[in-house]
Amino acid sequence: MRMQIEGSQAVADAIALCQPEVIAAYPISPQTHIVERLSRKTKQGHIGRCQFLNVESEFAALSVLIGASASGARTYTATSSQGLLFMAEAVYNAAGLGLPIVMTIANRAIGAPINIWNDHSDSMALRDAEWIQLFAEDNQDAVDLHIQAFRLAESLSCPVMVCMDGYVLTHAYEPVDVPDAVQVNAYLPPYDPVQVLDPERPVSIGAMVGPEAFTEVKYFSHQQHLRALEVMPELVEAFEQHFQRRSGGLCSAYRMEDADIAVIAMGSVIGTIKDAVDELRNTGVRVGCVKIGCYRPFPKFQVSALLEKTTRVIVVEKDLAVGMGGIVSADVQSALQGRQISVHTVIAGLGGRSISTSSLKHMILEARAERLTEPYFLDLNKTVIEQELARRRDIRRAGPVAEHMLQTMNVIGTKVS
Amino acid sequence: MWQIRIHGRGGQGVVTAAELLAMAAFMDGKYAQAFPSFGSERMGAPVVAFCRVAEGAIRTRETVTRPDVVIIQDPTLLHQVDLFGGLAPLGFVLINSTQTLDALHIEEFLSTLPLGHVCAFSATDLGLKYLKRPIANGPLLGAFAAITGLIRLASVESAIQQKFPGAVGEANRAAAREAFDVVTTSITEQRGIVHHAHAD
Amino acid sequence: MDEAMTTERIKFYQTGTFTAGNRLLDEATRTVQSRLDRTNSLNSGHRACQGCGEALGARYALDAAMRASHNQLIAVNATGCLEVFSSPYPESAWQIPWMHSLFGNAPAVASGIAAALRAKRRDDVTVIAQGGDGATVDIGFGCLSGMFERNDDVLYLCYDNEAYMNTGIQRSGATPPFARTNTTQAVGEHPGNPIGNGKNVPRIALAHGIPYVATASVADLHDLERKVTKAIGVRGARYIHVHVPCPLGWGSDPAHTMKVARLAVESGLFPLFEAEFGKIICSTPIRRKVPVERYLELQTRFKHLFGPPQDTEALAAIQAMADDNIAVYGLME
Repeated sequence: MRMQIEGSQAVADAIALCQPEVIAAYPISPQTHIVERLSRKTKQGHIGRCQFLNVESEFAALSVLIGASASGARTYTATSSQGLLFMAEAVYNAAGLGLPIVMTIANRAIGAPINIWNDHSDSMALRDAEWIQLFAEDNQDAVDLHIQAFRLAESLSCPVMVCMDGYVLTHAYEPVDVPDAVQVNAYLPPYDPVQVLDPERPVSIGAMVGPEAFTEVKYFSHQQHLRALEVMPELVEAFEQHFQRRSGGLCSAYRMEDADIAVIAMGSVIGTIKDAVDELRNTGVRVGCVKIGCYRPFPKFQVSALLEKTTRVIVVEKDLAVGMGGIVSADVQSALQGRQISVHTVIAGLGGRSISTSSLKHMILEARAERLTEPYFLDLNKTVIEQELARRRDIRRAGPVAEHMLQTMNVIGTKVS
Repeated sequence: MWQIRIHGRGGQGVVTAAELLAMAAFMDGKYAQAFPSFGSERMGAPVVAFCRVAEGAIRTRETVTRPDVVIIQDPTLLHQVDLFGGLAPLGFVLINSTQTLDALHIEEFLSTLPLGHVCAFSATDLGLKYLKRPIANGPLLGAFAAITGLIRLASVESAIQQKFPGAVGEANRAAAREAFDVVTTSITEQRGIVHHAHAD
Repeated sequence: MDEAMTTERIKFYQTGTFTAGNRLLDEATRTVQSRLDRTNSLNSGHRACQGCGEALGARYALDAAMRASHNQLIAVNATGCLEVFSSPYPESAWQIPWMHSLFGNAPAVASGIAAALRAKRRDDVTVIAQGGDGATVDIGFGCLSGMFERNDDVLYLCYDNEAYMNTGIQRSGATPPFARTNTTQAVGEHPGNPIGNGKNVPRIALAHGIPYVATASVADLHDLERKVTKAIGVRGARYIHVHVPCPLGWGSDPAHTMKVARLAVESGLFPLFEAEFGKIICSTPIRRKVPVERYLELQTRFKHLFGPPQDTEALAAIQAMADDNIAVYGLME
């Protein structure tokens, strides 16, 4: 049913329809609204005999799911930021064990300085943890991706992270078509595990593997991920048949038909980019947008194919490889290897900085005029940086960087006179 | 597209106001998007929430920096926060205050706005009257419907009833209705006085 | 003397420890381990060192658990010696459903299994989690406490050999004062592990008010089996802390594992007790108290205490710990 609903609540409703059997959760903003609603639905008996465990850490949350998933249960959790890093060891472990756990990442920056707002540093930090990573463009996408995620995870025995921008999506109220149980049941078959802890047929799960076979085990995982690139479009087709709308997918193009310039991004910023594209198109700039919906595995060939006629690519990413530059941009460059395409890296929206249509338009025009520095930091306040550098030249015990920058920007105690 | 910015303090229901506004617009068959300013603010700290209403799908995710409407839930924020920053030349301002516009000393920000686009009334008093609690949301939304005409009062009432079923919702609806009437009268009077003045 | 007599005499002296050999008992009271139908949950052929207390304890505990649960058992293992020596793929000594995830999460993984079983209405299956002292009292302690606090339906078995043996004998939160490990070397002004307040996890478990807490030792395998069997019959969070000598880490003769374990109990250094819902309900009396030196002198990790010159202060401090246990747990009453 189409309704005006908060992103987190819509996602919780979608998860409930997928009938997980074990949910474990630990509070961290901004994912809390999702699990709060699931805790309520579980208690109300709306998710069958689902067990909701309030655990003592994110590490425990995912560990509980590791045990539950290995026992043949459909499992779910959600986390963000520091929480994802706190469970990092278990994140790798769940994937290595081939457990099809589904986890929402309500994307949030990683401290220090502590910051609760949105960027992609958290899921980026674990991009190579052998989890499939899907990114939601809006809350309809977020709802649909979760339903697809269970089917994808269980068909490949591989865990899936559904990444949705913290606050920007999780706390946004917008129209979402939340499906009903009949639709979801028809699309999502019951979980049929490939391995299960069963007293009738004892197996050992998680034993040691030495140098003799470790490479082969990892190669197999790699192949599974490459297979995901084939399976995902099929799941999207099937999804469209069941739900009469197209959602998810590896990557997609917007107004790319004759585009010289392509802006590539992931997550909710795609919406703002589309607005910027439309406005620039009205002034005759041939620009389009490519959304990466699946970041791991990275759809190299598919992205490259969408950029067939493009001469310039701008990758806008909400993360930063300090000392290097872009992360998504490096993947895009690898996808475009051997082709004569300029790839610009733009770091934007770190720690929740709002990305405006006007800044994006400016960025595109600057890129066209070959005036972007590499990497380019969108809306960077250079004065603050220069002042802080100067201060540090003069004073050895200069104190916390962040505090002085905020003082320079006069953010603390701002008053409108 | 209409862009609305709501200023208040943590605990006053700023986010709920944005949500209800979006829900009412949705019930009117419009597209709407509401989102908070994403803070970790505690009770009493200045907070902001945003709402967009449009005839078509809303894609942008940027914060509202050029609002068409500013709603101020808490008059103590005046002169503390940049409340009117980026306000559209033909924009609207709705202030929850027991004081008159003159007494609030904000004419320098608002003198260029069209007549009937600025309204100060005590939503809190209406909240106290109907809910026995200083809740300003219902009255403010009723007033919003009155001064902007963007959403129908009936949709505001349905949104309130959906969010707060039962007696609380009923009381809120009554508060919203009275605010709608009070503000409609006030605007008519404002325009009437001006009209009268011109006639002279 | 003929051969039969010799055998007879050795067996007889084993009983001098106040644990009755199976041979002297009627069939019903013999250990599970002595039965032909034991399950060999942890089968022979694994790679534990000679005289490994942990292998012994785990084998007895799990076979007893299998019998008590009518073979409906799932076990989780923390990273550690037990995990490593039992399970390099493609070999596995485990004849029960067994899972290893990480060093610090065995209690949580077990909680997850228990939750899944509950969701699937399988109330006939018992979940066990097991780990060494490092996994239990240090790195997995948060998960353990969480499992206790929620009263998840898991029996946790800690095999305590008082240091990180898998990584090559480093100090853990369960390493006793003065003991030498590779990170508390027997050098300097205060050789060995410094005296702290210690981390007594059985007592911490007890403070959670969970249905069942017990300490056990491989010194008394009947008692270990009995406690495991009792724990299987209880629902909710249960904890058994099993003292298991490590010949490698303790510097004791592999042939003396039982003797060392026994002296820990009889000196009072490792008290055996049972508790239900936060209250101690009984303890195993010491029938013939021995001075702590008899226990310590068999282990090179305490060699530096015996000099020359003998560290009388340290020995007195350790004796005081034992005497304190005897008083607190009423071991001589």
